[in-house]
Amino acid sequence: MRSDRLTTAPVGLKIAAAAGLLFLHVPILLIFVYAFTTEEKSYQWPPPGFTAKWFAVTWNRPDVWEALTLSVKVAAISTLIAIILGTLCAAAVSRSKFFGRETISLLVILPIALPGIITGISLRSAFSLMNIPFSTWTIVLGHATFCIVVVYNNAVARFRRTSGSMIEASYDLGADGFQTFRYIVLPNIGTALLAGGMLAFALSFDEVIVTTFTAGQQQTLPIWMLEELVRPRQRPVTNVVAMVVVLVTLLPILAAYYLTRDGDQVAGSGK
Amino acid sequence: MSTASAAIQSGSAVLPRRGGVLNALSDAFWRNPRLLLFLMLTPPVLWLGIVYLGSLLALLLQSFFSIDEFSGLINRQFTLKTYGELLLPSNMDIMIRTVVMAAAVTVAAAIVAFPIAYFAARYARGKWKALFYLGVMLPLWSSYLVKVYAWKLILAKEGILTWALGKLHLQWLLDAWLSLPIIGGNSLSVSFTGTFIVFVYVWLPFMILPIQAALERVPGNLIEASADLGASPAQTFRNVLFPLALPGIVAGSIFTFSLTLGDYIIPQIIGNSQYFIGQAVYSLQGTAGNIPLAAAFTVVPIVVMGLYLWMARRLGAFDAL
Repeated sequence: MRSDRLTTAPVGLKIAAAAGLLFLHVPILLIFVYAFTTEEKSYQWPPPGFTAKWFAVTWNRPDVWEALTLSVKVAAISTLIAIILGTLCAAAVSRSKFFGRETISLLVILPIALPGIITGISLRSAFSLMNIPFSTWTIVLGHATFCIVVVYNNAVARFRRTSGSMIEASYDLGADGFQTFRYIVLPNIGTALLAGGMLAFALSFDEVIVTTFTAGQQQTLPIWMLEELVRPRQRPVTNVVAMVVVLVTLLPILAAYYLTRDGDQVAGSGK
Repeated sequence: MSTASAAIQSGSAVLPRRGGVLNALSDAFWRNPRLLLFLMLTPPVLWLGIVYLGSLLALLLQSFFSIDEFSGLINRQFTLKTYGELLLPSNMDIMIRTVVMAAAVTVAAAIVAFPIAYFAARYARGKWKALFYLGVMLPLWSSYLVKVYAWKLILAKEGILTWALGKLHLQWLLDAWLSLPIIGGNSLSVSFTGTFIVFVYVWLPFMILPIQAALERVPGNLIEASADLGASPAQTFRNVLFPLALPGIVAGSIFTFSLTLGDYIIPQIIGNSQYFIGQAVYSLQGTAGNIPLAAAFTVVPIVVMGLYLWMARRLGAFDAL
């Protein structure tokens, strides 16, 4: 047993760590309180009273529904593209060494390594140079580009843990490449892909910087929120939407955590 | 696939050979792995190459164009005039302001992140470990705009912070702080202090995770050996822990620094009217229609990040990612 298991943390460290975690969570929890406030005009604290009526008001706002629909649509298409491209890339990079391999991993990471505003303005100026009108697809182009890396990271990690000897055994037993993929590779990487897909969905659902450049007049939910932050119309509705967004993004993240948590126990991981 | 599933159902381990196109294709891939590799890489490389690199290069190209001051039209002749405009005092101010903010945010994030990362790496076990992990991942992945909005609620004049300080009879402290030049302002939500707090908050998880990864590789008995040899906790931290955590801190700083350099939402929502690089780029390409100068501005974070990544590589930060 390693000796560091027996020691307990100094009090100062405990306090600093707890304070840090509180700092990370209290602001998000505050949103939940504000969603029920009766105050309409200001950010007044403490709330003068509590009501659930803003949920009904939000439910009846067509602009919120339109923004939500567009967000879900964009996130779904981008995730699908990212899963396909990210998996292909991960499979190629993890299965063999080839010239330019480092360059390709850099290329995948670049869209999130460089600030989003660069991706955004590049795409926008390219659209205007090529006279491409703004549409759902221009948003998808941007989102899929930076979602690839999330799927890629998850898939590459799982490919590395998947034993090559299992694939060889499959070939030895007479399966062809497609059968091997269907019965050996896919079941092994499935949960990693699902997790990567969920994170990609959350990433796209939340993206605002690139979207401001590629959306034109359309509003995704984050663009709607940004608009409300800059020019508030009905503040309590923003509070409710903010709370819903927190819940909608947290669920896929929790799911992704549970899917990749036991990654070490994947069959044939003794590579 | 029917033969395959039949074979699996019948319990036979060896699949019968299939004929047909798929099998021929599979054999071709087996004989020529390069072909398969090529086919696998083509779609992602085409997408990233055309959509991303293509537009990035087109943008960089436009930074060498200039804008005609009288007509407002873009003059498509190669010139370094636009880069010269970056050196104007007003534009230098924007760049210096952004880089200083990015550096301050990075240092503060490292200070706040370290205890969390250290506790999670060294003392948290089992359930607590999972709790710490999720405790960092959930804020990292939850909506960026919601987080900014939450801070608007906290920092606003009538918000929770003013209320809390009032209850503690510390209102004078806030007023004194806000009366300071540059970092002060009318309220925290329209000051550089507010911008700074929100930046630190939003990027903090990006700092915690790499530091934690670096600290997890430090054996606990190294700390004990240091104590056995008579070092005080401060000396242990300075001479043992900090040097070993440094690659992780540098790795985290890549994120905090880069993200601050490019962000324009936070200074727009929580900040005063003085621009950061991101806001300058946004307004130049939008209302001003000056794509060349906007493009030249984006080269600044690219160059700064290029230098930063090069230095980080030499410090071994990439191993800690």
